[in-house]
Amino acid sequence: METDITDDFTLWKQGAEARLFTGNYLGKSSVMKERFTKSYRNSTLDAYLTKERIKAEAKTLVRCRSAGIPTPTLYLVDFERKRIVMENLENSLTVKDYIIQLSETDDSNNNLNELEFISQEIGRLLGKMHSANIIHGDLTTSNMLVTQDNGSVRLHLIDFGLSYVQQSSEDKAVDLYVLERALLSTHSNVAQMFGAILNAYQLVFKDKAKEILKKLSDVRARGRKRDMIG
Amino acid sequence: MVVAIGFEGSANKLGIGIVRDGEVLANCRRTYITPPGEGFLPRETARHHREVILQVLQEALDTSKLSPTEIDVVCYTKGPGMGGPLYSTAIVARTIAQLWRKPIVGVNHCIGHIEMGRLVTKCDNPTVLYVSGGNTQVIAYSRKKYRIFGETIDIAVGNCLDRFARVLMLSNDPSPGYNIEQEAKKGKKFLVLPYVVKGMDVSFSGILSYIEERAPSLIEKGEYTPADLCYSLQETIFAMLVETTERAMAHCGSNEVLIVGGVGCNVRLQEMMGQMCQERGATLYATDERFCIDNGAMIAHAGALMFSSGQTTEWKDTFVTQRYRTDAVEVTWR
Ligand SMILES: Nc1ncnc2c1ncn2[C@@H]1O[C@H](COP(=O)(O)OP(=O)(O)OP(=O)(O)O)[C@@H](O)[C@H]1O
Ligand SMILES: [Mg+2]
Repeated sequence: METDITDDFTLWKQGAEARLFTGNYLGKSSVMKERFTKSYRNSTLDAYLTKERIKAEAKTLVRCRSAGIPTPTLYLVDFERKRIVMENLENSLTVKDYIIQLSETDDSNNNLNELEFISQEIGRLLGKMHSANIIHGDLTTSNMLVTQDNGSVRLHLIDFGLSYVQQSSEDKAVDLYVLERALLSTHSNVAQMFGAILNAYQLVFKDKAKEILKKLSDVRARGRKRDMIG
Repeated sequence: MVVAIGFEGSANKLGIGIVRDGEVLANCRRTYITPPGEGFLPRETARHHREVILQVLQEALDTSKLSPTEIDVVCYTKGPGMGGPLYSTAIVARTIAQLWRKPIVGVNHCIGHIEMGRLVTKCDNPTVLYVSGGNTQVIAYSRKKYRIFGETIDIAVGNCLDRFARVLMLSNDPSPGYNIEQEAKKGKKFLVLPYVVKGMDVSFSGILSYIEERAPSLIEKGEYTPADLCYSLQETIFAMLVETTERAMAHCGSNEVLIVGGVGCNVRLQEMMGQMCQERGATLYATDERFCIDNGAMIAHAGALMFSSGQTTEWKDTFVTQRYRTDAVEVTWR
Protein backbone atom coordinates (compact mmCIF):
# COMPACT_ATOMS: atom_id res chain seq x y z
CA MET A 1 0.00 0.00 0.00
CA GLU A 2 1.16 3.47 -0.82
CA THR A 3 2.02 5.38 2.30
CA ASP A 4 1.38 9.05 2.42
CA ILE A 5 4.52 10.81 3.54
CA THR A 6 2.39 13.46 5.11
CA ASP A 7 0.27 11.06 7.18
CA ASP A 8 1.56 12.35 10.46
CA PHE A 9 0.63 15.97 9.94
CA THR A 10 -1.90 17.48 12.30
CA LEU A 11 -4.45 20.14 11.52
CA TRP A 12 -3.30 23.55 12.70
CA LYS A 13 -5.34 26.34 11.13
CA GLN A 14 -8.12 26.85 8.67
CA GLY A 15 -7.63 29.71 6.23
CA ALA A 16 -9.96 31.08 3.58
CA GLU A 17 -9.00 28.63 0.88
CA ALA A 18 -6.81 26.16 2.61
CA ARG A 19 -6.27 24.05 5.70
CA LEU A 20 -2.84 24.26 7.24
CA PHE A 21 -1.22 21.29 8.94
CA THR A 22 2.05 21.07 10.81
CA GLY A 23 4.34 18.08 10.98
CA ASN A 24 7.63 16.62 9.90
CA TYR A 25 8.65 16.26 6.32
CA LEU A 26 11.97 14.47 5.76
CA GLY A 27 12.99 15.43 9.24
CA LYS A 28 12.17 19.10 8.87
CA SER A 29 9.49 20.98 10.74
CA SER A 30 6.97 21.77 8.01
CA VAL A 31 3.65 23.31 7.14
CA MET A 32 1.34 21.56 4.71
CA LYS A 33 -1.14 23.81 2.96
CA GLU A 34 -4.03 21.91 1.47
CA ARG A 35 -6.55 23.79 -0.64
CA PHE A 36 -10.10 22.61 -0.33
CA THR A 37 -13.03 22.63 -2.70
CA LYS A 38 -15.20 25.69 -2.43
CA SER A 39 -18.67 24.23 -2.59
CA TYR A 40 -20.21 27.54 -3.65
CA ARG A 41 -18.22 27.47 -6.86
CA ASN A 42 -19.07 25.60 -10.04
CA SER A 43 -16.91 22.46 -9.96
CA THR A 44 -15.18 23.08 -13.30
CA LEU A 45 -14.30 26.61 -12.27
CA ASP A 46 -13.21 25.44 -8.83
CA ALA A 47 -10.88 22.76 -10.17
CA TYR A 48 -9.38 25.23 -12.62
CA LEU A 49 -8.81 27.97 -10.03
CA THR A 50 -7.41 25.61 -7.42
CA LYS A 51 -4.86 24.21 -9.84
CA GLU A 52 -3.86 27.68 -11.04
CA ARG A 53 -3.32 28.82 -7.48
CA ILE A 54 -1.22 25.89 -6.40
CA LYS A 55 0.88 26.43 -9.48
CA ALA A 56 1.21 30.15 -8.79
CA GLU A 57 2.08 29.65 -5.15
CA ALA A 58 4.75 27.03 -5.84
CA LYS A 59 6.31 28.96 -8.72
CA THR A 60 6.49 32.21 -6.84
CA LEU A 61 7.91 30.66 -3.67
CA VAL A 62 10.80 29.41 -5.76
CA ARG A 63 11.14 32.65 -7.67
CA CYS A 64 11.24 34.70 -4.46
CA ARG A 65 13.94 32.48 -3.06
CA SER A 66 16.18 33.09 -6.02
CA ALA A 67 15.48 36.82 -5.83
CA GLY A 68 16.55 36.82 -2.18
CA ILE A 69 13.11 37.56 -0.77
CA PRO A 70 12.47 35.75 2.52
CA THR A 71 9.69 33.19 2.09
CA PRO A 72 9.24 29.66 3.44
CA THR A 73 11.29 27.11 1.48
CA LEU A 74 9.13 24.94 -0.74
CA TYR A 75 9.52 21.19 -0.14
CA LEU A 76 6.79 19.47 -2.12
CA VAL A 77 3.97 20.12 -4.58
CA ASP A 78 1.16 17.59 -4.96
CA PHE A 79 -1.51 18.65 -7.45
CA GLU A 80 -3.49 15.47 -6.97
CA ARG A 81 -4.04 16.13 -3.29
CA LYS A 82 -4.14 19.87 -3.87
CA ARG A 83 -1.33 20.67 -1.49
CA ILE A 84 2.14 21.95 -0.98
CA VAL A 85 4.58 21.33 1.83
CA MET A 86 6.90 24.12 2.93
CA GLU A 87 9.20 25.17 5.71
CA ASN A 88 7.52 26.01 9.00
CA LEU A 89 8.48 29.49 10.14
CA GLU A 90 8.29 28.59 13.78
CA ASN A 91 7.09 31.08 16.35
CA SER A 92 6.10 33.51 13.69
CA LEU A 93 3.40 36.13 13.96
CA THR A 94 1.42 37.79 11.19
CA VAL A 95 2.32 41.45 10.75
CA LYS A 96 -1.31 42.22 11.49
CA ASP A 97 -1.07 40.60 14.93
CA TYR A 98 2.37 42.05 15.48
CA ILE A 99 1.07 45.59 14.97
CA ILE A 100 -1.92 44.96 17.21
CA GLN A 101 0.42 43.59 19.87
CA LEU A 102 2.62 46.68 19.59
CA SER A 103 -0.32 48.99 20.00
CA GLU A 104 -1.40 47.12 23.15
CA THR A 105 1.89 47.53 24.98
CA ASP A 106 2.56 50.70 26.90
CA ASP A 107 5.97 51.88 25.81
CA SER A 108 4.68 54.27 23.15
CA ASN A 109 8.05 55.68 22.14
CA ASN A 110 9.48 52.30 21.47
CA ASN A 111 6.30 51.28 19.64
CA LEU A 112 6.64 54.09 17.18
CA ASN A 113 10.17 52.98 16.46
CA GLU A 114 9.10 49.40 15.98
CA LEU A 115 6.25 50.47 13.73
CA GLU A 116 8.59 52.63 11.69
CA PHE A 117 11.03 49.76 11.48
CA ILE A 118 8.52 47.17 10.37
CA SER A 119 7.07 49.60 7.82
CA GLN A 120 10.51 50.14 6.34
CA GLU A 121 11.06 46.42 6.21
CA ILE A 122 7.77 45.95 4.40
CA GLY A 123 8.68 48.67 1.91
CA ARG A 124 12.12 47.26 1.29
CA LEU A 125 10.80 43.77 0.73
CA LEU A 126 8.05 44.88 -1.61
CA GLY A 127 10.52 46.99 -3.56
CA LYS A 128 12.70 43.97 -3.99
CA MET A 129 9.77 41.76 -4.92
CA HIS A 130 8.47 44.22 -7.50
CA SER A 131 11.88 44.77 -9.01
CA ALA A 132 11.88 41.02 -9.66
CA ASN A 133 8.50 41.62 -11.39
CA ILE A 134 6.66 39.50 -8.86
CA ILE A 135 3.11 40.64 -8.15
CA HIS A 136 1.74 39.22 -4.92
CA GLY A 137 -1.97 39.62 -5.65
CA ASP A 138 -3.17 39.57 -2.03
CA LEU A 139 -0.91 41.92 -0.15
CA THR A 140 -2.38 42.25 3.30
CA THR A 141 -0.70 42.31 6.68
CA SER A 142 -2.18 38.83 7.23
CA ASN A 143 0.11 37.53 4.51
CA MET A 144 3.34 38.79 6.01
CA LEU A 145 5.01 36.97 8.86
CA VAL A 146 7.43 38.25 11.46
CA THR A 147 9.98 36.08 13.20
CA GLN A 148 12.00 37.33 16.12
CA ASP A 149 15.18 35.84 17.40
CA ASN A 150 17.41 37.51 19.94
CA GLY A 151 15.67 40.78 19.40
CA SER A 152 16.21 40.89 15.66
CA VAL A 153 13.01 41.10 13.66
CA ARG A 154 12.73 39.41 10.29
CA LEU A 155 9.97 39.73 7.75
CA HIS A 156 8.73 36.98 5.39
CA LEU A 157 6.10 36.94 2.67
CA ILE A 158 3.59 34.11 2.32
CA ASP A 159 0.37 33.12 0.55
CA PHE A 160 1.22 33.45 -3.13
CA GLY A 161 -1.87 31.78 -4.63
CA LEU A 162 -2.83 34.93 -6.53
CA SER A 163 0.66 35.90 -7.55
CA TYR A 164 2.06 36.21 -11.04
CA VAL A 165 4.94 37.71 -12.96
CA GLN A 166 4.33 41.03 -14.66
CA GLN A 167 6.52 43.95 -15.66
CA SER A 168 3.83 46.61 -15.85
CA SER A 169 3.76 49.44 -13.33
CA GLU A 170 0.00 49.24 -13.16
CA ASP A 171 -0.04 45.76 -11.63
CA LYS A 172 2.56 46.82 -9.08
CA ALA A 173 0.51 49.87 -8.23
CA VAL A 174 -2.58 47.69 -7.71
CA ASP A 175 -0.53 45.50 -5.35
CA LEU A 176 0.34 48.58 -3.27
CA TYR A 177 -3.24 49.77 -3.36
CA VAL A 178 -4.50 46.48 -1.94
CA LEU A 179 -2.04 46.90 0.90
CA GLU A 180 -3.10 50.47 1.54
CA ARG A 181 -6.74 49.51 1.85
CA ALA A 182 -5.98 46.50 3.98
CA LEU A 183 -4.07 48.82 6.32
CA LEU A 184 -6.94 51.33 6.33
CA SER A 185 -9.41 48.78 7.55
CA THR A 186 -7.30 47.25 10.28
CA HIS A 187 -4.74 49.64 11.61
CA SER A 188 -5.12 53.18 12.86
CA ASN A 189 -1.65 54.63 12.16
CA VAL A 190 -2.08 54.02 8.49
CA ALA A 191 -0.95 57.28 6.98
CA GLN A 192 2.30 57.13 8.84
CA MET A 193 2.84 53.44 8.14
CA PHE A 194 2.01 53.57 4.48
CA GLY A 195 4.19 56.64 4.05
CA ALA A 196 7.13 54.85 5.60
CA ILE A 197 6.46 51.80 3.44
CA LEU A 198 6.46 53.85 0.26
CA ASN A 199 9.64 55.70 1.26
CA ALA A 200 11.55 52.50 1.79
CA TYR A 201 10.01 51.06 -1.36
CA GLN A 202 11.31 53.99 -3.37
CA LEU A 203 14.78 53.70 -1.89
CA VAL A 204 15.29 50.15 -3.07
CA PHE A 205 13.37 50.40 -6.30
CA LYS A 206 14.82 53.75 -7.40
CA ASP A 207 13.80 55.09 -10.86
CA LYS A 208 11.00 52.68 -11.59
CA ALA A 209 9.28 53.52 -8.29
CA LYS A 210 8.33 57.03 -9.40
CA GLU A 211 6.29 55.69 -12.26
CA ILE A 212 4.61 53.14 -10.00
CA LEU A 213 3.70 55.75 -7.39
CA LYS A 214 2.22 57.88 -10.13
CA LYS A 215 0.21 54.88 -11.29
CA LEU A 216 -0.85 54.36 -7.66
CA SER A 217 -2.59 57.70 -7.63
CA ASP A 218 -4.32 56.79 -10.92
CA VAL A 219 -5.44 53.50 -9.42
CA ARG A 220 -6.75 55.27 -6.32
CA ALA A 221 -8.73 57.65 -8.53
CA ARG A 222 -10.11 54.86 -10.69
CA GLY A 223 -13.10 54.14 -8.48
CA ARG A 224 -13.69 57.84 -8.00
CA LYS A 225 -13.80 58.61 -11.69
CA ARG A 226 -16.08 55.77 -12.59
CA ASP A 227 -19.59 56.87 -13.40
CA MET A 228 -22.11 55.12 -11.29
CA ILE A 229 -24.75 54.80 -13.90
CA GLY A 230 -26.72 51.70 -14.42
CA MET B 1 -38.84 60.10 17.69
CA VAL B 2 -38.06 61.06 14.11
CA VAL B 3 -40.42 60.78 11.17
CA ALA B 4 -38.58 61.06 7.86
CA ILE B 5 -39.68 61.06 4.24
CA GLY B 6 -37.16 59.89 1.67
CA PHE B 7 -36.93 60.52 -2.08
CA GLU B 8 -34.92 58.18 -4.27
CA GLY B 9 -34.48 58.57 -8.02
CA SER B 10 -30.81 57.95 -8.83
CA ALA B 11 -31.50 55.35 -11.54
CA ASN B 12 -34.63 53.94 -13.17
CA LYS B 13 -36.61 53.54 -9.95
CA LEU B 14 -38.55 56.38 -8.40
CA GLY B 15 -39.27 55.66 -4.75
CA ILE B 16 -40.74 57.59 -1.85
CA GLY B 17 -40.78 56.13 1.63
CA ILE B 18 -41.79 57.28 5.09
CA VAL B 19 -40.06 55.87 8.16
CA ARG B 20 -40.72 56.47 11.86
CA ASP B 21 -37.83 55.37 14.08
CA GLY B 22 -36.93 52.45 11.85
CA GLU B 23 -40.55 51.48 11.26
CA VAL B 24 -41.47 51.62 7.57
CA LEU B 25 -44.85 53.38 7.24
CA ALA B 26 -44.80 53.64 3.46
CA ASN B 27 -42.47 52.55 0.68
CA CYS B 28 -43.91 53.30 -2.75
CA ARG B 29 -42.11 52.81 -6.03
CA ARG B 30 -42.43 52.98 -9.81
CA THR B 31 -39.91 51.51 -12.24
CA TYR B 32 -39.15 52.87 -15.67
CA ILE B 33 -39.08 49.83 -17.95
CA THR B 34 -37.61 49.97 -21.45
CA PRO B 35 -38.31 47.58 -24.36
CA PRO B 36 -36.15 44.42 -24.71
CA GLY B 37 -32.70 45.17 -26.06
CA GLU B 38 -32.75 48.77 -24.77
CA GLY B 39 -31.23 50.31 -21.67
CA PHE B 40 -32.59 53.36 -19.87
CA LEU B 41 -31.18 56.75 -20.79
CA PRO B 42 -30.93 59.75 -18.46
CA ARG B 43 -33.32 62.05 -20.28
CA GLU B 44 -36.19 59.56 -20.62
CA THR B 45 -35.66 58.27 -17.10
CA ALA B 46 -35.81 61.80 -15.69
CA ARG B 47 -39.03 62.38 -17.62
CA HIS B 48 -40.50 59.20 -16.15
CA HIS B 49 -39.64 60.36 -12.62
CA ARG B 50 -41.18 63.79 -13.21
CA GLU B 51 -44.36 62.22 -14.53
CA VAL B 52 -44.96 59.87 -11.59
CA ILE B 53 -43.41 61.62 -8.62
CA LEU B 54 -46.42 63.60 -7.36
CA GLN B 55 -48.66 60.58 -7.66
CA VAL B 56 -46.15 58.46 -5.71
CA LEU B 57 -45.85 61.20 -3.09
CA GLN B 58 -49.61 61.23 -2.56
CA GLU B 59 -49.63 57.45 -2.37
CA ALA B 60 -46.87 57.46 0.25
CA LEU B 61 -48.66 60.03 2.40
CA ASP B 62 -51.95 58.12 2.11
CA THR B 63 -50.31 54.80 2.99
CA SER B 64 -48.57 56.26 6.02
CA LYS B 65 -51.78 57.96 7.19
CA LEU B 66 -49.66 60.94 8.19
CA SER B 67 -50.06 64.57 7.29
CA PRO B 68 -47.06 66.68 6.26
CA THR B 69 -47.10 68.42 9.65
CA GLU B 70 -46.19 65.13 11.32
CA ILE B 71 -43.03 64.75 9.24
CA ASP B 72 -39.79 66.00 10.83
CA VAL B 73 -37.29 65.87 8.01
CA VAL B 74 -37.16 65.58 4.23
CA CYS B 75 -34.40 63.34 2.84
CA TYR B 76 -33.31 62.89 -0.76
CA THR B 77 -30.61 61.04 -2.68
CA LYS B 78 -27.74 63.39 -3.31
CA GLY B 79 -25.79 60.85 -5.36
CA PRO B 80 -24.21 58.83 -6.85
CA GLY B 81 -26.34 58.15 -9.89
CA MET B 82 -27.54 59.62 -13.15
CA GLY B 83 -27.62 63.41 -13.22
CA GLY B 84 -31.03 64.02 -14.78
CA PRO B 85 -33.02 61.56 -12.68
CA LEU B 86 -31.24 62.65 -9.48
CA TYR B 87 -31.99 66.26 -10.23
CA SER B 88 -35.66 65.74 -11.09
CA THR B 89 -36.18 63.96 -7.79
CA ALA B 90 -34.17 66.39 -5.66
CA ILE B 91 -36.17 69.33 -6.98
CA VAL B 92 -39.40 67.93 -5.60
CA ALA B 93 -37.75 67.13 -2.26
CA ARG B 94 -36.42 70.69 -2.04
CA THR B 95 -39.80 72.12 -2.93
CA ILE B 96 -41.76 70.24 -0.29
CA ALA B 97 -39.09 70.95 2.32
CA GLN B 98 -39.74 74.64 1.71
CA LEU B 99 -43.50 74.30 1.44
CA TRP B 100 -43.71 72.29 4.65
CA ARG B 101 -40.90 74.27 6.32
CA LYS B 102 -38.87 71.19 7.18
CA PRO B 103 -35.12 70.65 7.42
CA ILE B 104 -33.56 68.74 4.53
CA VAL B 105 -30.87 66.06 4.45
CA GLY B 106 -28.95 64.91 1.35
CA VAL B 107 -28.18 61.19 1.59
CA ASN B 108 -25.51 59.07 -0.06
CA HIS B 109 -27.35 56.37 -1.97
CA CYS B 110 -24.91 53.61 -0.98
CA ILE B 111 -25.17 54.53 2.70
CA GLY B 112 -28.95 54.29 2.28
CA HIS B 113 -28.62 50.69 1.12
CA ILE B 114 -26.26 49.74 3.92
CA GLU B 115 -28.30 51.30 6.73
CA MET B 116 -31.54 49.84 5.42
CA GLY B 117 -29.89 46.43 5.24
CA ARG B 118 -28.68 46.74 8.82
CA LEU B 119 -32.12 47.84 9.96
CA VAL B 120 -34.09 45.11 8.20
CA THR B 121 -31.74 42.21 9.03
CA LYS B 122 -30.66 43.48 12.46
CA CYS B 123 -27.05 42.56 11.80
CA ASP B 124 -24.46 44.46 13.76
CA ASN B 125 -21.15 44.99 12.03
CA PRO B 126 -21.19 43.12 8.74
CA THR B 127 -18.84 43.02 5.81
CA VAL B 128 -21.07 44.51 3.13
CA LEU B 129 -21.34 43.43 -0.48
CA TYR B 130 -23.07 46.21 -2.35
CA VAL B 131 -24.10 45.05 -5.80
CA SER B 132 -26.37 46.94 -8.17
CA GLY B 133 -26.69 48.23 -11.69
CA GLY B 134 -24.30 51.08 -10.99
CA ASN B 135 -22.14 49.87 -8.10
CA THR B 136 -20.08 46.92 -6.98
CA GLN B 137 -18.24 47.35 -3.70
CA VAL B 138 -17.00 45.26 -0.79
CA ILE B 139 -17.26 47.47 2.27
CA ALA B 140 -16.11 47.22 5.87
CA TYR B 141 -16.89 49.72 8.61
CA SER B 142 -14.00 51.09 10.56
CA ARG B 143 -13.35 54.29 12.46
CA LYS B 144 -16.37 56.36 11.38
CA LYS B 145 -16.29 55.45 7.72
CA TYR B 146 -17.72 52.75 5.49
CA ARG B 147 -14.46 51.85 3.84
CA ILE B 148 -14.28 50.37 0.39
CA PHE B 149 -12.18 47.25 0.55
CA GLY B 150 -12.68 46.19 -3.03
CA GLU B 151 -14.71 47.38 -5.98
CA THR B 152 -15.16 47.04 -9.69
CA ILE B 153 -12.59 48.83 -11.78
CA ASP B 154 -14.89 49.16 -14.76
CA ILE B 155 -18.60 48.33 -15.07
CA ALA B 156 -20.87 47.25 -12.21
CA VAL B 157 -22.01 43.67 -11.88
CA GLY B 158 -25.65 44.57 -12.53
CA ASN B 159 -24.66 46.48 -15.62
CA CYS B 160 -22.77 43.44 -16.90
CA LEU B 161 -25.83 41.21 -16.39
CA ASP B 162 -28.20 43.79 -17.88
CA ARG B 163 -26.09 44.25 -20.96
CA PHE B 164 -25.86 40.53 -21.55
CA ALA B 165 -29.64 40.28 -21.17
CA ARG B 166 -29.91 42.82 -23.97
CA VAL B 167 -27.66 40.74 -26.20
CA LEU B 168 -30.05 37.82 -25.68
CA MET B 169 -33.04 40.15 -26.07
CA LEU B 170 -34.46 39.13 -22.70
CA SER B 171 -37.24 41.26 -21.26
CA ASN B 172 -36.46 44.26 -19.02
CA ASP B 173 -39.56 43.49 -16.97
CA PRO B 174 -39.28 43.46 -13.99
CA SER B 175 -35.53 43.74 -14.58
CA PRO B 176 -33.07 42.23 -17.03
CA GLY B 177 -31.09 40.73 -14.15
CA TYR B 178 -34.17 38.90 -12.88
CA ASN B 179 -34.70 37.34 -16.30
CA ILE B 180 -31.05 36.28 -16.54
CA GLU B 181 -31.49 34.57 -13.18
CA GLN B 182 -34.55 32.66 -14.42
CA GLU B 183 -32.72 31.60 -17.61
CA ALA B 184 -29.65 30.55 -15.65
CA LYS B 185 -31.73 28.09 -13.63
CA LYS B 186 -32.20 26.06 -16.81
CA GLY B 187 -28.51 26.16 -17.74
CA LYS B 188 -26.37 23.03 -17.42
CA LYS B 189 -23.25 23.30 -19.53
CA PHE B 190 -20.51 25.51 -18.14
CA LEU B 191 -18.43 27.69 -20.42
CA VAL B 192 -15.11 28.76 -18.93
CA LEU B 193 -14.98 32.56 -18.97
CA PRO B 194 -12.19 34.91 -17.90
CA TYR B 195 -12.05 35.19 -14.11
CA VAL B 196 -10.74 38.65 -13.32
CA VAL B 197 -9.82 39.48 -9.74
CA LYS B 198 -7.09 42.12 -9.39
CA GLY B 199 -6.04 42.44 -5.81
CA MET B 200 -9.29 43.11 -4.00
CA ASP B 201 -10.88 44.58 -7.10
CA VAL B 202 -12.91 42.87 -9.77
CA SER B 203 -13.38 43.63 -13.44
CA PHE B 204 -16.35 42.66 -15.58
CA SER B 205 -15.92 44.44 -18.90
CA GLY B 206 -13.50 41.85 -20.30
CA ILE B 207 -15.84 39.01 -19.36
CA LEU B 208 -18.76 40.80 -20.96
CA SER B 209 -17.01 41.41 -24.26
CA TYR B 210 -15.69 37.83 -24.26
CA ILE B 211 -19.17 36.34 -23.90
CA GLU B 212 -20.85 38.96 -26.11
CA GLU B 213 -18.49 38.14 -28.95
CA ARG B 214 -18.94 34.40 -28.71
CA ALA B 215 -22.61 34.09 -27.75
CA PRO B 216 -24.23 34.35 -31.22
CA SER B 217 -22.09 31.66 -32.83
CA LEU B 218 -22.09 29.35 -29.79
CA ILE B 219 -25.88 29.47 -29.77
CA GLU B 220 -26.21 29.14 -33.52
CA LYS B 221 -23.93 26.09 -33.67
CA GLY B 222 -25.99 24.55 -30.88
CA GLU B 223 -22.97 24.19 -28.59
CA TYR B 224 -24.47 26.23 -25.80
CA THR B 225 -28.02 27.40 -25.13
CA PRO B 226 -28.76 30.95 -23.99
CA ALA B 227 -29.57 29.38 -20.62
CA ASP B 228 -26.10 27.76 -20.45
CA LEU B 229 -24.51 31.13 -21.12
CA CYS B 230 -26.56 32.92 -18.45
CA TYR B 231 -25.62 30.17 -16.04
CA SER B 232 -21.89 30.38 -16.88
CA LEU B 233 -21.88 34.16 -16.61
CA GLN B 234 -23.62 34.15 -13.21
CA GLU B 235 -21.46 31.36 -11.80
CA THR B 236 -18.28 33.16 -12.83
CA ILE B 237 -19.02 36.70 -11.74
CA PHE B 238 -20.71 35.67 -8.50
CA ALA B 239 -17.74 33.46 -7.62
CA MET B 240 -15.52 36.54 -8.01
CA LEU B 241 -17.75 38.51 -5.67
CA VAL B 242 -17.98 35.78 -3.05
CA GLU B 243 -14.23 35.31 -3.14
CA THR B 244 -13.38 38.97 -2.60
CA THR B 245 -16.00 39.24 0.13
CA GLU B 246 -14.49 36.25 1.87
CA ARG B 247 -11.01 37.71 1.67
CA ALA B 248 -12.23 40.97 3.18
CA MET B 249 -13.90 39.00 5.99
CA ALA B 250 -10.79 36.93 6.61
CA HIS B 251 -8.66 40.04 6.87
CA CYS B 252 -11.07 41.98 9.07
CA GLY B 253 -11.97 38.98 11.22
CA SER B 254 -15.63 39.53 10.47
CA ASN B 255 -18.32 36.84 10.75
CA GLU B 256 -21.29 38.58 9.20
CA VAL B 257 -22.03 39.38 5.57
CA LEU B 258 -24.75 41.70 4.41
CA ILE B 259 -25.72 41.79 0.73
CA VAL B 260 -27.42 44.98 -0.43
CA GLY B 261 -28.33 46.52 -3.78
CA GLY B 262 -30.53 45.25 -6.60
CA VAL B 263 -28.35 42.29 -7.60
CA GLY B 264 -28.61 41.24 -3.94
CA CYS B 265 -32.09 39.86 -4.71
CA ASN B 266 -30.49 37.21 -6.90
CA VAL B 267 -31.17 33.95 -5.10
CA ARG B 268 -28.19 32.20 -6.64
CA LEU B 269 -25.83 34.89 -5.35
CA GLN B 270 -27.43 34.59 -1.91
CA GLU B 271 -27.07 30.83 -2.06
CA MET B 272 -23.38 30.98 -3.00
CA MET B 273 -22.65 33.56 -0.34
CA GLY B 274 -24.62 31.45 2.16
CA GLN B 275 -22.47 28.41 1.40
CA MET B 276 -19.31 30.40 1.85
CA CYS B 277 -20.59 31.72 5.17
CA GLN B 278 -21.62 28.30 6.39
CA GLU B 279 -18.18 26.92 5.63
CA ARG B 280 -16.53 29.56 7.75
CA GLY B 281 -19.11 29.70 10.51
CA ALA B 282 -20.37 33.12 9.50
CA THR B 283 -23.91 34.42 9.01
CA LEU B 284 -25.41 35.79 5.84
CA TYR B 285 -27.92 38.61 5.92
CA ALA B 286 -29.90 39.53 2.84
CA THR B 287 -33.13 41.35 2.12
CA ASP B 288 -35.86 40.84 -0.44
CA GLU B 289 -36.75 43.03 -3.41
CA ARG B 290 -38.73 45.57 -1.33
CA PHE B 291 -35.56 46.75 0.32
CA CYS B 292 -32.60 45.62 -1.77
CA ILE B 293 -33.90 47.31 -4.88
CA ASP B 294 -33.65 51.12 -4.76
CA ASN B 295 -36.43 52.52 -2.62
CA GLY B 296 -37.45 55.63 -0.73
CA ALA B 297 -37.55 54.08 2.73
CA MET B 298 -33.80 53.49 2.73
CA ILE B 299 -33.16 57.16 2.03
CA ALA B 300 -35.64 58.16 4.74
CA HIS B 301 -34.02 55.80 7.25
CA ALA B 302 -30.41 56.80 6.54
CA GLY B 303 -31.47 60.45 6.50
CA ALA B 304 -33.20 60.01 9.87
CA LEU B 305 -30.02 58.53 11.35
CA MET B 306 -28.05 61.51 10.08
CA PHE B 307 -30.67 63.94 11.34
CA SER B 308 -30.80 62.34 14.80
CA SER B 309 -27.05 62.65 15.10
CA GLY B 310 -27.34 66.37 14.41
CA GLN B 311 -26.79 66.58 10.67
CA THR B 312 -28.85 68.61 8.27
CA THR B 313 -27.85 69.80 4.82
CA GLU B 314 -27.51 73.53 4.36
CA TRP B 315 -29.66 74.95 1.63
CA LYS B 316 -26.67 75.88 -0.53
CA ASP B 317 -25.48 72.26 -0.38
CA THR B 318 -28.72 70.65 -1.49
CA PHE B 319 -27.41 69.89 -4.96
CA VAL B 320 -26.93 66.47 -6.53
CA THR B 321 -23.71 64.82 -7.63
CA GLN B 322 -23.19 61.92 -10.02
CA ARG B 323 -20.08 60.77 -8.20
CA TYR B 324 -20.28 60.46 -4.47
CA ARG B 325 -18.10 57.86 -2.79
CA THR B 326 -19.35 55.70 0.06
CA ASP B 327 -16.18 56.51 2.00
CA ALA B 328 -16.70 60.26 1.58
CA VAL B 329 -19.40 60.22 4.28
CA GLU B 330 -18.48 60.74 7.93
CA VAL B 331 -20.59 58.25 9.87
CA THR B 332 -21.81 60.31 12.81
CA TRP B 333 -24.49 57.89 13.95
CA ARG B 334 -22.42 54.80 14.78
N1 LIG C 1 5.26 28.47 6.22
C1 LIG C 1 4.59 28.92 7.28
N2 LIG C 1 5.17 28.96 8.48
C2 LIG C 1 4.49 29.40 9.54
N3 LIG C 1 3.21 29.82 9.51
C3 LIG C 1 2.57 29.79 8.33
C4 LIG C 1 3.22 29.34 7.16
N4 LIG C 1 2.34 29.42 6.15
C5 LIG C 1 1.20 29.89 6.66
N5 LIG C 1 1.32 30.13 7.98
C6 LIG C 1 0.24 30.61 8.87
O1 LIG C 1 -1.03 30.22 8.37
C7 LIG C 1 -1.84 31.34 8.05
C8 LIG C 1 -2.62 31.10 6.78
O2 LIG C 1 -1.75 30.84 5.71
P1 LIG C 1 -2.02 31.36 4.22
O3 LIG C 1 -2.12 32.81 4.23
O4 LIG C 1 -1.01 30.76 3.32
O5 LIG C 1 -3.43 30.66 3.95
P2 LIG C 1 -4.84 31.31 3.55
O6 LIG C 1 -5.01 32.67 4.09
O7 LIG C 1 -5.86 30.30 3.75
O8 LIG C 1 -4.49 31.51 2.10
P3 LIG C 1 -5.19 31.29 0.70
O9 LIG C 1 -5.94 32.51 0.47
O10 LIG C 1 -4.04 31.12 -0.22
O11 LIG C 1 -6.03 30.08 0.86
C9 LIG C 1 -0.87 32.50 7.99
O12 LIG C 1 -1.46 33.70 8.32
C10 LIG C 1 0.20 32.10 8.98
O13 LIG C 1 -0.21 32.44 10.28
MG1 LIG D 1 -3.61 34.37 3.77
